[in-house]
Amino acid sequence: MAKLTIEDLKKIRQQAQGTVTMREGSHRAKITVHMGTCGIAAGARKIMDAFLAEVSRSGGTDVVLTTSGCAGLCSREPMATVEIRGSAPVKYIDLDEAKVKKIFEDHVLKEKPVTEYALVQGSETTY
Amino acid sequence: MNIYHVTREFDTFLKRENLSGYKDRIDSILEIYRERPGGLIPVLQQVQEHIKYLPPVVQHYIAMGLGVPSSDVYGVVSFYSFFTMKPRGRHLVRACLGTACYVKGIQRVIDKIETGFNLKMGGTSEDRRFTLQGVRCLGACGLAPVVMVDDDTLGEVDPSKIVKLLEKYE
Amino acid sequence: MERVYRTHILVCAGTGCVSAGSLKVRDALVREIEKHGLEEEVMVATTGCNGFCAAGPIAVVHPDGIFYKRLNVEDVPYFVEELLVKGRVVEKHLFAEEERNELIPVMNDIGFFKNQVLVALKNRALIDPDVIDEYIGRDGYVATSRALTEMSPGAIVEEIQKSGLRGRGGGGFSTGLKWKFCMETKGDVKYILCNADEGDPGAFMDRYILESDPHAVLEGMIIGGKAIGANKGYIYVRAEYPLAIQRLNTAIAQAREYGLLGENILGSGFDFDIELYYGAGAFVCGEETALMQSIEGKRGMPRPRPPFPAQKGLWGKPTVLNNVETYANVPQIILRGSAWFSSLGTETSKGTKVFALTGDVNNIGLIEVPMGITLRKIVYDIGGGIKNNRELKAIQIGGPSGGCLPASIIDTPVDYESIIKTGAIVGSGGMVVMDDSNCMVDIARFFLEFTAEESCGKCTPCRVGTRILLEKLKDITEGRGKDGDIEILETISRNIISSSLCGLGQTAPNPVLTTIRYFRHEYEAHIYDKKCPAGKCKALISYIIDPEKCTGCMLCKRNCPQECITGEKKTPHVIDQTLCIRCGLCYESCRFNAIRVE
Repeated sequence: MAKLTIEDLKKIRQQAQGTVTMREGSHRAKITVHMGTCGIAAGARKIMDAFLAEVSRSGGTDVVLTTSGCAGLCSREPMATVEIRGSAPVKYIDLDEAKVKKIFEDHVLKEKPVTEYALVQGSETTY
Repeated sequence: MNIYHVTREFDTFLKRENLSGYKDRIDSILEIYRERPGGLIPVLQQVQEHIKYLPPVVQHYIAMGLGVPSSDVYGVVSFYSFFTMKPRGRHLVRACLGTACYVKGIQRVIDKIETGFNLKMGGTSEDRRFTLQGVRCLGACGLAPVVMVDDDTLGEVDPSKIVKLLEKYE
Repeated sequence: MERVYRTHILVCAGTGCVSAGSLKVRDALVREIEKHGLEEEVMVATTGCNGFCAAGPIAVVHPDGIFYKRLNVEDVPYFVEELLVKGRVVEKHLFAEEERNELIPVMNDIGFFKNQVLVALKNRALIDPDVIDEYIGRDGYVATSRALTEMSPGAIVEEIQKSGLRGRGGGGFSTGLKWKFCMETKGDVKYILCNADEGDPGAFMDRYILESDPHAVLEGMIIGGKAIGANKGYIYVRAEYPLAIQRLNTAIAQAREYGLLGENILGSGFDFDIELYYGAGAFVCGEETALMQSIEGKRGMPRPRPPFPAQKGLWGKPTVLNNVETYANVPQIILRGSAWFSSLGTETSKGTKVFALTGDVNNIGLIEVPMGITLRKIVYDIGGGIKNNRELKAIQIGGPSGGCLPASIIDTPVDYESIIKTGAIVGSGGMVVMDDSNCMVDIARFFLEFTAEESCGKCTPCRVGTRILLEKLKDITEGRGKDGDIEILETISRNIISSSLCGLGQTAPNPVLTTIRYFRHEYEAHIYDKKCPAGKCKALISYIIDPEKCTGCMLCKRNCPQECITGEKKTPHVIDQTLCIRCGLCYESCRFNAIRVE
């Protein structure tokens, strides 16, 4: 490793930011994939992988992805909740990989909820 | 005593203790620190790591190797609790004497070790397996009472189990 | 771009948790996660000490920061199944506050953490101390780059001076002023030293910082080096701290590899390097001139000042010595500004202080609190009150240089001036809480045993005086106290304080004087009534079995090492007082409260 310049230092800082954001709880957006038994059976794992891939690809450091238990609406699994800090969380139902892509681009990145996939807006927040 | 005598006594000592293999290592430690100011303490630490204790014959050899008076070496060895002039066991058992350990009953742990391995605080067992020492607070007060065996920290030591715990160390 | 994980499991790898088995838990977690094929989604990392040592082994799970206590290898499969496969909070390992009797999942909601303000410990439990990139991700080395490239030595000194930072090792001298004296001394070779020879019984602040955030200390030293014009730093660390030494060595190697130590750091033209020096076990080496003597390879004895180290220190060169916690504060001050720092704390004591909270409190661990917080808040809100619902008797603050403060002054704010008025000192940060089973004369004896042993012997009043104090205290606790002993203790104490060269002697009598001041009646009970009110001093107590309460269960009889308890099954037992060694095992083992201490 060559000696760092101030620019290099900034780059390393940028790169490590994602890890740090997650632990500090200072994220802008949070995606929760509901992974109860029913969710997993309905394919929640694939949905989570799809979200993980999106988060990695975007290179953003202000989004965290997490999982929770069953959301209590087993018939509409797989489900996920997207929460942008400061606005109401949105629950998405009957997800597939294409929907994930659109939700990530529109809601997570541009902060515009995709109402046609949403079950309801404004349930309990987790902040 | 001249150089010849000091070296011969040191060699005899190493032979008696079955440590002749360390001679070169010790010479190279002395070589490294010979020109360095303040090298005495690191030299003593490293030599003690190999031969476990620092009796006068070793102190004379170090003094000669570094070119300092033997009295200086003795002065330092006797000042710091880390150094010992008596042989140490294969395993160093250090019982923490900090406030938290005191309050939580380290004395009973010490008593058990003393009777269990037939040795006294500051002493070494007959078979040179363990040396028991008290040590200034180890800073693991959350785990009091604490005993350190070599580099392992044992926390919340139950006096009735300490002998068994130590049996693991051959 | 780093890999993204849905969950981070941060396992505490501080000394406390490691000896409770946290590394085995970590390995088991990794294996179990691989078994479920989740290694691409879940990261398991180790961090420095979390601080809440009593709850170890600890893991904190992010996002959400859920705090899990007392993990063990056997529970790992269940833990992984619940947490990662089913996505549930694992209630079994959540923390519960005793009186509220409810589970508190989120770490920062727990009283122990909630009432703390983190400056020196800002990275605690958030980064892996062995990974420099994680430190940098939390704004690490930004202060260094600012200090080296944008600030003159004078500007750095001014910033530190304005912040009001005072030495955290115990003295409480202004850090900025110390740096200023050294900066203004002419000399081409200067040294900056870090005192990591922590030795107060009951204190582990420095060990903790070195283990959990070694780079913060390195950074503080680099910035200090630039300020005073030193190119060489030494960290004098206790040889009995193997984990701290290992983490420091790793941190120094990584910093060198990145060019953050060495020549021309960050292209600034400033050269600086740090070497470790292992202490050889002498408490007095915590005193600055003694420490320098020790690095020079001599017996660590203090020497008179002046000349002050800022003029003539190590090898006769201008030298600055600060302790670990002081250095850990420096990068934060440069980063966030002196105004921010001085907004914390009180008028004269700025910032925060780290304390090792131990003894008879429910929550034992390491805490950082703003200066000026009351002892009550520390003991009850953070410490969670006294164990087993007993009475608070005293708080020992400042270790062997400090004193025992009674429960009646528990509303005293913790700042340098207020604590000095009580007769103790803030000291380096040891805080031992004692319940009503502790005897204050015995505690004074304990500390004097320590200082008498550790006195270097240079000044006669300290060498001989501490011995006399100890002998008198022994007499009193063993039933040989005489009328006039208290006055003798007081006179000798004052003499030692006024005629010793260094801080060890000047403060060694504090534990005696504070216990006499606040618990004089206890001394009097020992001397005149030959009684130990706390039931601690063996020579002055006897254990007696109450025949009314004794059920004859034989448990005490089996536990007695002297075999001096007699009695048949289901009939009241009797202790033979002539053989009894007053070890108290019978008292502790009795389930019917049938044994009393008199």
